[in-house]
Amino acid sequence: MMAAQPGDLLRQWSSITGVAALAIAGEVLIASAMRDLGDLDNHRTGPGLKGFLGPVKAVLSNGKFLIGASCMAFNFFAMLWALSIVDLSLAAPAIASLTYIGNAICAKLVLGENVDQRRWLAVLFVCVGVILIAH
Amino acid sequence: MKHALKPSQYAILVAVMLTASVGDTLLSRGMAEVGAVDLQHLGLLWKALFNPFVASGIVLLIGFFASYMTALSWADLTFLMPATAFGYVVIALLSRFWLHEQLSAYRWTGILLIVCAVGFVAGGPSRTEDPASEHHELDIMDSGAGR
Repeated sequence: MMAAQPGDLLRQWSSITGVAALAIAGEVLIASAMRDLGDLDNHRTGPGLKGFLGPVKAVLSNGKFLIGASCMAFNFFAMLWALSIVDLSLAAPAIASLTYIGNAICAKLVLGENVDQRRWLAVLFVCVGVILIAH
Repeated sequence: MKHALKPSQYAILVAVMLTASVGDTLLSRGMAEVGAVDLQHLGLLWKALFNPFVASGIVLLIGFFASYMTALSWADLTFLMPATAFGYVVIALLSRFWLHEQLSAYRWTGILLIVCAVGFVAGGPSRTEDPASEHHELDIMDSGAGR
């Protein structure tokens, strides 16, 4: 267990929040990009493997996707850094739960998704479930 | 709102649920065989790529990313979130029945909650339709052009 001095606590939770924020930004931007593109089957240029070039080109030329993918890459390295100052048993469930809650809020506010009671309940269950599994 | 998914879309959801967790498990198993990598032995990372478990794990994680993005093209992010969380359940079940680890009551409760969350969301629509496009579709139906 790492020493939990007052200054460290702030640093630990700042890193957890930062990692979660990068994950949320990445996932919301990628979701927005894919929503803009629509069903990828519509981008297929023909039958067979060659037909997949159309969707790949459409995805890779989308600015939101590229920024979102960059956020996910930064998230990976930020996670490695966070794990150097926070115990995995705290970091993993805390980051996962914050990411699920943040994704749900951003999906409603930014993507305009219909996050009804059923979906809020699912977010709550997932957060508690992740914490219990990591217990 | 769309309520019905095509069989191919269910297959993609199953791929989202399974590929990440099984891929992570394979990477973990492979890296345990390769050994600890430090700054003085970065060459081990190159060697790790040729470990069958690591190579299979990377292929599965690429498959996860592809299937996740495909799913996002026709489903809401909040619809997919419980499906990705289901990976925790798969890992817990793999550790119980493949690695023969003991799962505590806490973990079984966590598994139950995530399964319930998947059930809640799966019973609803997969996509929030843009009202503008919905009206446009109705206009086309009214004019008979969509028949």
